[in-house]
Amino acid sequence: MPRCGVSLNTEMNARTIAGNDGEQTSAAAETSAREASIITRILAGERELFHELIRPYERGLYVAAYSILQNEADAEDVAQESVIKAYKGLKGFRGDARFSTWLMAITLNEARSRLRQAKGDQLDSLDDCDEDRGDYTPSVLADWRYIPSEQLERKELRQALQEAMARLSPEHREVLILRDVRGMSITETAEATGVNEGLVKVRLFRARLSMQKLLVPKLAPKQRGLIGWLTRKAGGR
Amino acid sequence: MKLDCKHVWSQVSDYIDGTVTSQEREAIERHLANCRHCSAVMDSTRNILVLVGDARTFEIPVGFGERLHNRLQESIEATETQE
Repeated sequence: MPRCGVSLNTEMNARTIAGNDGEQTSAAAETSAREASIITRILAGERELFHELIRPYERGLYVAAYSILQNEADAEDVAQESVIKAYKGLKGFRGDARFSTWLMAITLNEARSRLRQAKGDQLDSLDDCDEDRGDYTPSVLADWRYIPSEQLERKELRQALQEAMARLSPEHREVLILRDVRGMSITETAEATGVNEGLVKVRLFRARLSMQKLLVPKLAPKQRGLIGWLTRKAGGR
Repeated sequence: MKLDCKHVWSQVSDYIDGTVTSQEREAIERHLANCRHCSAVMDSTRNILVLVGDARTFEIPVGFGERLHNRLQESIEATETQE
């Protein structure tokens, strides 16, 4: 079941991006059970298995760290440090959250800590953010069907996406990465970021609409054909 | 329930996640069916999220995995030596 489907029809099922909850829950339970068994073996002495335990998540750890730090070398270092912290602290993993969520929370904390050091403790506490949806005016185009494109060079597109993300606050980037890149649920995103689900939703709203507002004017004037690229992509998932 | 455009914009994210109530969803869909601008906002937001979620959007540094596992291995071996 693809997590993300694409349709240019606004009457599409609103669950398309969120995916099928039943299937996701079942797969998640299976993964958690398998990981719990591996963790038991690691703690019993089969330490090398930790390599296998983290392998599915290592890319996501880098992307999450990069989303906060916006620097490749720092993001890689944070991903490495986080994995080692997780290895050393594995005994402390209680299984209340999924292993992947626990690992992601360690990485986010490590990245935030690194950012605070770099900025001389200038960052506000993430928990103190008082955000609401406020008045928000998105970028309105009469016809979206001419936005990004199969002809648009991938490099240009990647650059445009990354530039737009760089303009978001670290808190907004975090939730966008966890939810829309890593496919974590709202609950898991809240657990990993250490804020409540309501705040996750608000940040997600602002992050998504900011991306829309930043990218639509950039991509729309290209007047390229979106349908081919996106349709192929959706079919390939 | 009749919605104005601003209300629909405020619900775009929750609508995409499927976390609006069925009553709200129906009202949003009725609005979208008659509002070209809001339809464009909904479609563009959704499609940008597809682009953001594409694995190719974020390149991982060459050799990242190898370096990560090498460093982890050093840590594992150090733990074994200590015991």
